[in-house]
Amino acid sequence: MAYLTINNLHKRFDDHVVVHDFNMSIEQGEFVTFLGPSGCGKTTVLRMIAGFETPTSGRICVGGEDITQQAAQKRGIGMVFQSYALFPNMNVTQNIGFGLKMRKCPADDIKRKVAEVIKLVELTGKENHYPHELSGGQRQRVALARALVVEPRILLLDEPLSALDARIRKNLREQIRDIQRRLGLTTIFVTHDQEEALTMSDRIFVMNQGRVEQEGRAEIVYTEPATEFVARFMGNYNLLGAADTNRLLGLNISGHLAIRPESIHVLDGHSQQDGTLAGTIRQHQLLGNIIRYQIESAGITLQVDRLNRTASDLMPAGTEVRLQISRDDMREVR
Amino acid sequence: MKSTSRLGAWVAIAIGTLYFVLPLIATFEFSLKMNRDGYSFEAYKVVLADPGFQATFGYSTLMAVLTIIVGILLVVPTAYWIQLKLPRLRPLVEFITLLPLVIPAIVIVFGYLKLYNSSSWLPLTGNERATDLLLMCSYVTLALPYLYRSVDAGLRAIDVRTLTEAAESLGASWPSILLQVIFPNVKSAILSGAFLTFAVVIGEFTMASLLGRPAFGPYLQLIGANRAYEPSALAIIAFMVTWASMGLIQVFARNARPARKTA
Amino acid sequence: MSTSPDSLTHHPEPGAGQIRKGLTLSSLNWLGVAPFFLFALLFLILPTATLMIGAFQDADGHFTLGNIARLFDDSILSAYWISFEVSAASALGGTLIGLALALAAIQGGLPQWIRPTLMTFSGVASNFAGIPLSFAFLSTLGRMGLVTVLLRNYADFDLYGSGFSILSFLGLTLTYLYFQIPLMVLIVTPAIDGLRAEWREACESLGGNSVAYWWHIALPILWPSIMGSALLLFANAFGAVATAYALTGSSLNIVPILLYAQIRGDVLHDQNLGYALALGMIVVTGLSNAGYIWLRSRAERGRE
Repeated sequence: MAYLTINNLHKRFDDHVVVHDFNMSIEQGEFVTFLGPSGCGKTTVLRMIAGFETPTSGRICVGGEDITQQAAQKRGIGMVFQSYALFPNMNVTQNIGFGLKMRKCPADDIKRKVAEVIKLVELTGKENHYPHELSGGQRQRVALARALVVEPRILLLDEPLSALDARIRKNLREQIRDIQRRLGLTTIFVTHDQEEALTMSDRIFVMNQGRVEQEGRAEIVYTEPATEFVARFMGNYNLLGAADTNRLLGLNISGHLAIRPESIHVLDGHSQQDGTLAGTIRQHQLLGNIIRYQIESAGITLQVDRLNRTASDLMPAGTEVRLQISRDDMREVR
Repeated sequence: MKSTSRLGAWVAIAIGTLYFVLPLIATFEFSLKMNRDGYSFEAYKVVLADPGFQATFGYSTLMAVLTIIVGILLVVPTAYWIQLKLPRLRPLVEFITLLPLVIPAIVIVFGYLKLYNSSSWLPLTGNERATDLLLMCSYVTLALPYLYRSVDAGLRAIDVRTLTEAAESLGASWPSILLQVIFPNVKSAILSGAFLTFAVVIGEFTMASLLGRPAFGPYLQLIGANRAYEPSALAIIAFMVTWASMGLIQVFARNARPARKTA
Repeated sequence: MSTSPDSLTHHPEPGAGQIRKGLTLSSLNWLGVAPFFLFALLFLILPTATLMIGAFQDADGHFTLGNIARLFDDSILSAYWISFEVSAASALGGTLIGLALALAAIQGGLPQWIRPTLMTFSGVASNFAGIPLSFAFLSTLGRMGLVTVLLRNYADFDLYGSGFSILSFLGLTLTYLYFQIPLMVLIVTPAIDGLRAEWREACESLGGNSVAYWWHIALPILWPSIMGSALLLFANAFGAVATAYALTGSSLNIVPILLYAQIRGDVLHDQNLGYALALGMIVVTGLSNAGYIWLRSRAERGRE
């Protein structure tokens, strides 16, 4: 049986419904991500699990026990906040030890456990520093240690990396994932960054306007978007409406057709291969290891990615090309 | 548990309201009792018709207006210049503008009397006009903390340096930079400081009394010592003047907010 | 006699970029601030300095510590002591009640309109000091005051028979609270706003209840602000003249009134003793303001 299950969760603020009929179940030790734009309800679900918001209706169970109405401090669920939320009047040791103190742990135990977790998050030497004396990355590691040291049943991470700059973010992301695996912690991670979601998660819930658009393993959500929203949010999919699809490919569909830019092959303009489309290069952008072309075909502009191998590969604007798209790479989405 | 803390909050607010409203009600009630046969606005009529009231209130209003004008002329260019050219002096200037909160008014005026007495090098207490000037300067001193903070905060909110540089690069002259770019953006901050200054100056007692000028504050004291019902009427009038000044600050502060966001 | 919240908010130092141009000081740049410094010198610094010097001189201008020594005469010392008591009592009461009101309005879960109403009213009441305030309290708690009369007629309680007088220590303290409490509300509100909701949530998620939150987190964070505000309130009351003078005349022997009488009529028959009296006031208010500034900078540490 699943460790954390959520059934028919609803949340309404005044007249505004922020979470619609949310259902999920998570196994012990799983790393799950709620991914979506701001205001999609992902943080609200997280805060209901933590006990900071009361659901309008629905049930939250951990290990078979209904915790929907339980006070936050009784739940044993750890939380790491985007803004760190370190107590400014306490140093690193006191911040990390706070939860153990609340649990009336003996002082010796607190000392030992805090020392262990400080080593785990690599903050040795910073024990007596105050939050304002630490960098953003260090603060977030203190916040992580503070949540970890009480051995929570579930760890919640609310956009913990978005206030940090790019390099520290990547570093800390690996560190979090590593610690999570080592401790076998059931973890829910909230982010609006699809790259972060893809690199860290076992499973992703893509959310939009209070609903789950798609859930599934990271690689599946990326390669097999179920809806137009997921396709737009997860990558730089080319999305064609029904009319465009018919004009370009002669296919009849009801929703949208999603084609990833790297799955369109560019052939020589004189290629006579069957099932190819004529196109003209309009412009390109250099994205480092990838060149992204805007190619026009039948009045429709498609984005096409090619590997940037040698400078001579670059095709200037105006070049006539043929495009080949495999049927397997076309996905019809809602 | 949450409902008990809310109950506590209601109790605190209720007691606070009682403490603050009761004296106002009592004062108002008392001010209506001048006629023995019932409530009337007699005390107000007497006060408003008193030439002493008209003269001193007029004098204090004039003083307040002059104080505001001189204060703004002194503070705005200084704050602007400090931000633009001499940021190193900021701590010193801030310290000086805070001094009037540290040094009691009675001490400052005592210093004036010693320094500018009729036999000194600058006998400002020698004749009435010169004493008026000294009183006005003492009010500017009292107003410094309010005016400077308010103007300085307004200037900070609009990033004076960038605005000035942008205006310069677009070819604006110094007068037009000040009048068309800087001033409109800190107008509400200046007005807030001005109304606060007005509220502080209008009933000021210590300075005016010790410099011997016929201001509203000493008049209030005189009436308080000699009459029964008029003081209450005057207290209500003074409270309304203070309320009006603060209310106008709120109005301008509210108007200022969107302006600052776009800046 | 009171202070606006604006005048108390502290701003961070200017960034390095702003200092860049300040380094190329020309004499022309100095001209821009010359009027301000001239004004401050003439109407703030010199007058105060001349008093301070006068405090250490005898009538012939020779150096002496005699004036300072005379501050410790019984009559003057007692005036300082009563001033201290009134200021301390009104500062303590103002701090506690003002804090309670601000907490109730901001964190008490009350309707939205309570807070702006309290703030506007505090702005008015903190500036409603001086003579009109004393009139208001005479109308309320004086011998013929509304509350006194109501208590006598309906509760059968003789306020003045019980030893109370508006002219007494207690009466003056009650009156001072009328501007001290709102001033506290105005100063402490930014500090309470600085308490972030996540701190409470972090505390809850770590197993701490409401009491633990206030005891271990909120109060320690607010503490420097509270202490600093109390010191500011103390200085505010210590220098106040008009309210006390209009209320009690010279029946209550506090330092500002003693000094006022000295300036008006030379009751001490010694000008230089008056200067020493003024110096004593500056020392007291200066120390409490310095304490306030120090505590405020501590409160701001780590608030980024």
